[in-house]
Amino acid sequence: MIEIKDLHKSYKMGSNSLHVLKGINFSVEDGELVAIMGSSGSGKSTLLNILGMLDEADEGEYTLDNVPIKNLSETKAAQYRNKFLGFVFQSFNLINYKSAMENVALPLYYQRVARKERTEKALQYLERVGLREWATHLPSELSGGQKQRVAIARAMAAEPKVLLADEPTGALDSTTSYEVMDLIQKINDEGNTILVVTHEEDIAHMCKRIVHLKDGVIVEDKKVKQVRAAEYVQ
Amino acid sequence: MFSRDTWKEIFETIRKNKLRTFLTGFTVALGIFIYVVLFGMGNGLKNTFAKFFNDDAQNVFFVFPGRTTVPFKGYKANRRIEFENDDLVDIAENFPMFLEYITPRISRGASVTYKEESDNYTTRAVAPAHLFAEKTIIMKGRYLNETDIIQKTKYAVIGRLVEQDLFKGEESIGKFIDVSGSVFKVIGVFQDDGGDNEERNIYIPYTTRQLIEKNNDKIDQIILAFKPEIGYAGAMAFEGKLDKFIRNKKIISPSDPNGIFIRNVADQFKQNQQFAGVLQTIISIIAFAVIISGMIGIGNIMVFMVKERTKEIGIRKALGATPRRVTNGVIFEAIFITTISGFVGLLIGIFVLRSIGGKTLEDDYFITNPEINITNAIFVTILLIVFGAAAGYLPARRAAKIKPIVALRDE
Repeated sequence: MIEIKDLHKSYKMGSNSLHVLKGINFSVEDGELVAIMGSSGSGKSTLLNILGMLDEADEGEYTLDNVPIKNLSETKAAQYRNKFLGFVFQSFNLINYKSAMENVALPLYYQRVARKERTEKALQYLERVGLREWATHLPSELSGGQKQRVAIARAMAAEPKVLLADEPTGALDSTTSYEVMDLIQKINDEGNTILVVTHEEDIAHMCKRIVHLKDGVIVEDKKVKQVRAAEYVQ
Repeated sequence: MFSRDTWKEIFETIRKNKLRTFLTGFTVALGIFIYVVLFGMGNGLKNTFAKFFNDDAQNVFFVFPGRTTVPFKGYKANRRIEFENDDLVDIAENFPMFLEYITPRISRGASVTYKEESDNYTTRAVAPAHLFAEKTIIMKGRYLNETDIIQKTKYAVIGRLVEQDLFKGEESIGKFIDVSGSVFKVIGVFQDDGGDNEERNIYIPYTTRQLIEKNNDKIDQIILAFKPEIGYAGAMAFEGKLDKFIRNKKIISPSDPNGIFIRNVADQFKQNQQFAGVLQTIISIIAFAVIISGMIGIGNIMVFMVKERTKEIGIRKALGATPRRVTNGVIFEAIFITTISGFVGLLIGIFVLRSIGGKTLEDDYFITNPEINITNAIFVTILLIVFGAAAGYLPARRAAKIKPIVALRDE
C-alpha cells in the first residue's frame, strides 16, 4: 500500500537548515495498523505530513497504492488526498460553524457526491461512531472524545485507502483515548490501513506494529501483540 | 463550477458567518448609498441653478438706464438717463442682424379691486413680445397684441394668483377690474414657472400706461432678445455693440460704469452653469472617493476573512478541496454579498433621494429634485461589484495557496 525509499526532508530556519528526515525506508501493507513513535523533534509528524501529501519530500520515492507521488500540482494533490487519504488530527480540526453531519459530509462534497447521498452517507458513518443522535450538533456542543469520533467518521466517509492519525488521543484523557483507540481498532478490523503517530507507549501498543523514529531515522521497526482497547472500556 | 451545490455551500457559509457577512455588506451598501445621495444632491444643486434662469428666456438682455457719474461732452455728472419709445425703434433699425424681438417694460405698483376684493399687485406695461422674454404661459383668453398697443386699449392680462385672489373661482375673462383708479378689462390669465411672485403680476399695454401717465413716452427698461443662431460669441458681440450704440445716443461716457446697465442672461446663465458644473464635479469626485474607499473596505474585509478562515481553508484542503474550489468559494461569496448589498444600498439611496426632495430642501439648501441617473447608479454598483470581486481575488488566491500543513499548525 505505502512504499517509501530513502526519504529526506529538511527545513530552512533562517541561515541554518534543519535536516529532519535523513533517509527513511519503510513500507506498509494493506490492512496494517502502524504506530509511528518518537520523541518530539524525531520527525514523526513530518513523515506523516509527507505521507498525507500535506508536505513534500526533498528527496526519495513515495508510492501510494502503486501511484508515484511526486511533483504533484496543488490540484492533483488535493484530488489524491480526497481519494486516497483520511486525516485525523490531534486538535480535531472540525469546521466550527458546521454541524457534525455537515462536517462528515464535507469530503463527499469535494468528491462531488450529490447532496442527498452525502447526507445519507454522513449519517451512516456517524452511526458507526455512535453519534447519530448528535448529527445536528455543532462541534462546540460536543465533548473532546465526541469531536474526535466525528473527525474519524469524517476521515472514513470518503472511503480512503489509508487513514492517517496525528496524535489522535493527544488532547484526550485516558478513558476517552481508549474509546477512540477502540474505534480505530474496529475500523482496522474491517480491513482499513491505518497509521497512527503517537508518543504514548500504551497507545502504540494498541497497534499491530511499532516504528520508532529517532533524529530522523528509523531505529526500530517491530511487530507487536496488539492490546485491545476494548479491555479498558467499560 | 456554478452548480447548485456550490451555491448551497456558499449560502451556508454566509448564513453561519453573519457578522462577517454584515460587515462586508454594510461597507458596500454604505458606499453605494453615500454615492447615490451625494450625486443626487449635486444634481439637485445643478437643477436649482438651472431653475433660476428657467423663469426667463435665455437669449435675453435687460437694459436699465442709470445716472451718469462722469461728465461727458459738456454734460455734468449725475444726469438721469431715460429711455423713450424712439429708442425701441432705433435699436430695432440698427441691429436687424442680431435682434429677434424687443419690448419695453414699465413696472408700477397698483391697488387692484374687483367687487369687494382688493389687493396690491405689480402692473407691467409691456409690448406683445414680452410674452417670449418672460416665458409667460397663457392659460385662457389671450395675451396683448399689436392692436392693443396702437389703440392704447385698457386691457389687462392677469396672473393665475391674481385671478385666484380677486375672483375666488369666478370667471375673470371679460370682467372689469379697477387698477389704481383706471378700469381695465381682463382679456387673459397666465401662469409662469418663475414662482408665485411672477403669477401676481398684471400685464397691460405700455402705451396705455404712458397715456395714463400724462401721455409721456418714457420707458423704465428695455428687454430685447437676440437671435439664438448667433450663439454665445455673437451675443457677447451684440452686447458690446448695443452698449456702444446706447452710450453714443444718450451721450454717456464709454468709461461711465453707471450710465446704463445691460444684464446679459446668456452670459450669466453660462457662468452659473459652469459654477454648478464645477460643484457637480467636486461632488462627483467626493462620491467617487467614497466608492474607492468602499472597494478598499471590501478588500480589507476579504483579507481579514481569509486570515480568519486560514484554518478552515486548511481543513478543507486536507479534505480534498482543490485550489480552484477554494478561490471560487471565496470570490463567489464576495460577489454575492457585494451584489445584494450593493443593490440594497442603491435602493435605499434612491428612496432617500426621493423622500428628501421637497420644498424646505429647495428653499433652504438650494437643492431641487435631487436625482440620480439610474444608468449611472447601476454602473457604479456594478463597478463596485467587479472591484469587490477583484479585491477578493488576491486574498482568495492567497487562501488557495495556503499549505494545509501551515494552516493546520496555526493553533
